[in-house]
Amino acid sequence: MHATIDDIWSALDHLTDPEIPVVTLRELGILRDIRETADGIEVVITPTYSGCPAMGQIEDDVRASLRQAGIEARVVTQLAPAWTTDWMSDEAKAKLRAYGIAPPHTTPSDTSVIRFVRRADTRPVACPQCGSTNTTLSSQFGSTACKALYKCLDCQEPFDYFKPY
Amino acid sequence: MSTAPNDYLLHLADNAVVLGQRDAEWCGHGPILEEDLALANVSLDLIGQARLLYQLAAARSGGGATEDSLAYFRDDTAFRNYTLLELPNHGALVGYAASDRDYATTIVRNFLYSALMVLLWDALQKSPDADLAAIAAKSLKEARYHLHHAADWVVKFGDGTEESHARAQAALDHLFPYTEEFWTPSAAEDAAIASGAAVDVRTLRAAWDAIVADTLAEATLKRPEVRGYVPEGKQGRHSEHLSYLLGEMQGLARAHPDGTW
Repeated sequence: MHATIDDIWSALDHLTDPEIPVVTLRELGILRDIRETADGIEVVITPTYSGCPAMGQIEDDVRASLRQAGIEARVVTQLAPAWTTDWMSDEAKAKLRAYGIAPPHTTPSDTSVIRFVRRADTRPVACPQCGSTNTTLSSQFGSTACKALYKCLDCQEPFDYFKPY
Repeated sequence: MSTAPNDYLLHLADNAVVLGQRDAEWCGHGPILEEDLALANVSLDLIGQARLLYQLAAARSGGGATEDSLAYFRDDTAFRNYTLLELPNHGALVGYAASDRDYATTIVRNFLYSALMVLLWDALQKSPDADLAAIAAKSLKEARYHLHHAADWVVKFGDGTEESHARAQAALDHLFPYTEEFWTPSAAEDAAIASGAAVDVRTLRAAWDAIVADTLAEATLKRPEVRGYVPEGKQGRHSEHLSYLLGEMQGLARAHPDGTW
């Protein structure tokens, strides 16, 4: 049977991020495209952070799912345009919040002012537990490169913030 | 299409892998847990950037080169990184240096380097070399967080206690002269500029000076006067420290070539 592009999307739809199992690769924008080329079908994935250790696992998961569904397709990695958290769907952001990770703000529009990059982003981050915006940054880097560590000053809970990237 | 010469890609890759290795020395030894995690994450980004650049250089050079052969099987004189990045995580082992790990040295180095890289990656993301531009666009996002992290700590140390201020100033005095190397193009950089694929790093100097001045003013630290010897690590003339660093980084791969697990 010849699998259609839609068949392949649905065969891969259940795949989630190995480190954030509540959101799918498609919702995160890591699974970017499935396209027909002259040499067959290509499944296009894109790395999040350059050194993200989950990428190997993600690629293996995609291949395994394709094999299981009996679909012949190549998995290709594409860097440009660079992955951004702005591709995350609202649904994915809601799932992150429910999971205890504050979802990312949109990336700051004026990133050209490099000189003041240190103070550029002062938008409050809401605590995913109690919703308070009375929170403080503990560390620029949390459990993974893509997250920062925050603390809620009202409910006193620490939490991860998915950084705009 | 203009493409960057491979030596230039290796210069960028070697910078990232060598600093990634130095920062990773804090893994399990961070002054506080959050910083242990932060440095490991910075290293992961740098090693990721190095991998993308080595993969590109390997694909273009052919002849069986791989990212691993470029990282693990080139000798110290073949490395094209800035000397600044291979120095140990401490200054002279006198005075304030209570151990061979000084966090101020690590932070100040990360600050000086990431302040350059936000500017360089920003310029390179517009390179007509589309592969290099794609890597630069990704790396820029990461370098911004590295700069943010390092600059925050420079301010905390400089504008902190008497001791943290003195240690930050000592680290700055030790490392600042090595930044002169940024502004003297190597043959590879000249070739990259001539190819049209890279910018002349000297055009970024005023912006770098501004970032440095801004942060040092807030940190109440003094920019050291610099003159004299200009290091030539990116031309393959390194300090003795690179050989030890590579000994550790390359030892396993060389003891077990083609090993997999």
